[in-house]
Amino acid sequence: MTSAGNPAVSNTAARPNGGGRRLPLPWLGVVPFLLYVGLFLLLPTAIIAFGSFTTKQGSPTLNNIAGINQDFLVKAFVTSTTISVASALLGAIFGAMLAYAVATGNPRGVFRRIVTSMSGVLAQFGGVTLAFAFIATIGNVGIVTLFLQSHGIDIYANGAPLYQVSGLIVVYTYFQIPLMLLVFLPAVDGIRPQWREATESLGGSTWHYWRYVAGPLLAPAFLGCTLLLFANAFSAYATAAALITQGGIIVPLQISNLFTSETGRSQPGLAKALALAMILIVTIVVVLYTLLQRRTSRWLR
Amino acid sequence: MMATAGAGVEVRLEDLRRSYAGVTALDGLSLTMAPGELVALLGPSGCGKTTAMRLVAGLEEANSGRVMFGGKDVTGLPANKRDVGMVFQAYSLFPHMTAQQNVAFGLSLHKVGAAEQKKRSGEMLELVGLSKYANRYAHQLSGGQQQRVALARALAIQPTVLLLDEPLSALDAKVRSRLRDEIRRVQLEVGTTTLFVTHDQEEALAIADRVGVMNAGRLEQLDSPVAIYSRPATPFVAEFVGLTNRIPGTVKFGMVEVRGTELPLVQHDTPTGPATALVRPEAVSLASEGDSVPGPLIGTVIAVAFLGATSRVTVDLGDIVVLAQLPTAEASAHPAGTRVRLAIRPDPVLIAREEKAPVEA
Amino acid sequence: MSRSRRIKLQVFRATIFILLGAFFLVPIGTMFEFSTRGNSVTSPRTMEAWAAIFREPDLMKAIGVSLELAVITSVGMLVLLLPTMVWVRLRLPQVHRIVEFLCLLPLTIPAIALVVGVAPLYHWIEINVTDSILILSFVYLIIVLPYSYRALDAGLSAIDIKTLSEAARSLGAGWGTVMFRVIVPNMSTALLNACLLSVAVVLGEFTFAQLLYFENLQVAISYVGLVSAGTSIAVSVASLIFAFMLLMILSFFGRPREREVRGEEMLPGTESRVLPLRNSFIGVPDK
Repeated sequence: MTSAGNPAVSNTAARPNGGGRRLPLPWLGVVPFLLYVGLFLLLPTAIIAFGSFTTKQGSPTLNNIAGINQDFLVKAFVTSTTISVASALLGAIFGAMLAYAVATGNPRGVFRRIVTSMSGVLAQFGGVTLAFAFIATIGNVGIVTLFLQSHGIDIYANGAPLYQVSGLIVVYTYFQIPLMLLVFLPAVDGIRPQWREATESLGGSTWHYWRYVAGPLLAPAFLGCTLLLFANAFSAYATAAALITQGGIIVPLQISNLFTSETGRSQPGLAKALALAMILIVTIVVVLYTLLQRRTSRWLR
Repeated sequence: MMATAGAGVEVRLEDLRRSYAGVTALDGLSLTMAPGELVALLGPSGCGKTTAMRLVAGLEEANSGRVMFGGKDVTGLPANKRDVGMVFQAYSLFPHMTAQQNVAFGLSLHKVGAAEQKKRSGEMLELVGLSKYANRYAHQLSGGQQQRVALARALAIQPTVLLLDEPLSALDAKVRSRLRDEIRRVQLEVGTTTLFVTHDQEEALAIADRVGVMNAGRLEQLDSPVAIYSRPATPFVAEFVGLTNRIPGTVKFGMVEVRGTELPLVQHDTPTGPATALVRPEAVSLASEGDSVPGPLIGTVIAVAFLGATSRVTVDLGDIVVLAQLPTAEASAHPAGTRVRLAIRPDPVLIAREEKAPVEA
Repeated sequence: MSRSRRIKLQVFRATIFILLGAFFLVPIGTMFEFSTRGNSVTSPRTMEAWAAIFREPDLMKAIGVSLELAVITSVGMLVLLLPTMVWVRLRLPQVHRIVEFLCLLPLTIPAIALVVGVAPLYHWIEINVTDSILILSFVYLIIVLPYSYRALDAGLSAIDIKTLSEAARSLGAGWGTVMFRVIVPNMSTALLNACLLSVAVVLGEFTFAQLLYFENLQVAISYVGLVSAGTSIAVSVASLIFAFMLLMILSFFGRPREREVRGEEMLPGTESRVLPLRNSFIGVPDK
């Protein structure tokens, strides 16, 4: 360890040296960070938690929590969950196949680098820009819409698909697949060729390999990543906000409605309760992901 | 002791060739392994030894040539039909299975019943001395232990041939020599024909029945360890296996004259003229020399390396440096700084292929 | 690998790449197409929508403001995070877990939820201090924490900071020298990574800006979209290209080290900020 008790050492004003004293002076070094995070992360979280259980006047109550039980809110949770599960599964399956396709290629090749870079961009490509991309594609006068119409298929026959659940699922899948690639690829990379070769030398076929070796090894990672995708979709706001200007079919939209509406201002606790619910759901999912990742990294370092 | 149904099969490689992407990995390898023999393939990286092994395993396809197990041509068979046992350099074990499950896995693929699997895998773990670790996972085992489990797993299916791909290279030095002997003991007990690939000459010489030294896709010499070491057939073998002194001299009439000493040649058709002789350190002996006249074989000891029973003495002859290997008791008579006279025992020597300038200390 | 298996594998790979390539490239292609459409179905291609970007004052202002936010956030992130992480490694290793937890905590708090708790704070700041849009960088710093932390952590792990700083100190260097002449030069890649990721996240941020009534780039794009679809799509394509360029820079500057071996170290998630992590962020250290 560096020499404590060396008063001759010069230092910048921002970080007092511990010197030789027994006071917890080194702790001063992390105080700025703790203060900042405390103020802008922990305090808002506390506000949410606290506000979920208080009335507008400040007295404790469970009304806000109970308020979640209203029909339209419950429906929003169901829809959010549906979209999240569906896009997570689609993203997971196709993303896993893409990861396998990439991992079996040249590890230092240009192609792999392009695919992973593009995935980095596309996973990030959510929100407004993605919404507009899909409007350009299957919106009212989107190019695919027009193309299909000229061939006799009218996808707008039963309302605008883009602004309904099915449309949202497709749009969400657009960033779920690249995300799956990014999170799942390390696990696929961790599959050693020796395991395949060992299976073969012991007399196993491709089916045996996937059934008894690669499958079980990748299962925790796959499940964990799917959970991550779920949390990702559940938390998503910007894309839906850009597509759906009215209505609150998913929970994030409900929260934003409460933000901007009169009813919201008269019931500040409700928005907080919804926020708290979201935080809890995402936290649980991420904790599960963490536990699964631990096993994965033990096997597939 | 286990019934060794798959043991003792002759393995023959006939003129195997393999190249890819313009690189020739194997340039006509032919070799016959007697039943139950342990043959080590030794060579630097890129020499083709691993390729040869993978061709025997069926993990790669040869461009031409044949692989025969006990007279049966297996060249066209995929790996999972060849009945070979393999131990890899690293990552041998399946990480999600215990040691016992790993060993039993091959048995389950061979449609062995669960009870029988348990019995046989138990026996195999006993054979490698790891019965107590049956329920441990790979990450709970040391490197040496993992390799022993891998060995048990490979042998559990009673393979026709056992293939070991540098199994000790990833291990600590201490573990290496112990495990090396362990592998040999097990191999002798089970009697499976074994191919052992390594770049470590000490390993190869220590455990193999015969050693095949490979270079650039070709087999330079296939012989017993003693013969490889003391009667190298080519300069490459001489320089790859054991230490060698390179001493300039002149070739004349079937012998080479090195600093006043005449040494017989291994290859009698060596052209006459200046050449570099390859002399083993064990062939060099020392005698004390006071202040006598400097001669071609008189120099100063500049270093003594204590290696246990023997010591290696580095002698500076002025223009070149020569290594001598002698029993430590003798070497202690000539500590660093003393002047000595060298004598070279007249063993047949090889001539280095290219002319290289003698190396200064 | 046998020949037939290799063929099957290549067929699978080609199929996947073609199918998914089509799925991903079509919307991007249509964005190009849409943004260059003429007035009617038969008019020729035009860059009118693109040119219109420069004629929208709000949009230009928003671009400028977002870039400012990106810079401020990056700098703030470095100033806050780097000294803290160095300090923890050198002097307070026992706090390491806490700091790591706090840095990765924003991942479990969706933006749309956090904004509910942040709003009262901003309300107070806007009334009592300033209502400049630049105060968004306060919360932006929080949401880039996970990405920056991972990037900086990878950089710090790759160099033996303890030995380096002790060597420098024994030669007489003060902390400032250690920081700026020893540590920083040795982790330039990680610093660049952290900054580029922060920039990417800030430029793509929408939730906080919209719900706190600020007009940043993404919010401005959405407003333009209400008026002129073509222009909004044109600027979307532009921001996509910009993000791609940023990430290409990242991948070329990122010298592959021992630790950042397989896969990508990590890259921004979507606007919801759930992060692709290689390992659990509580427990198993990075390889």
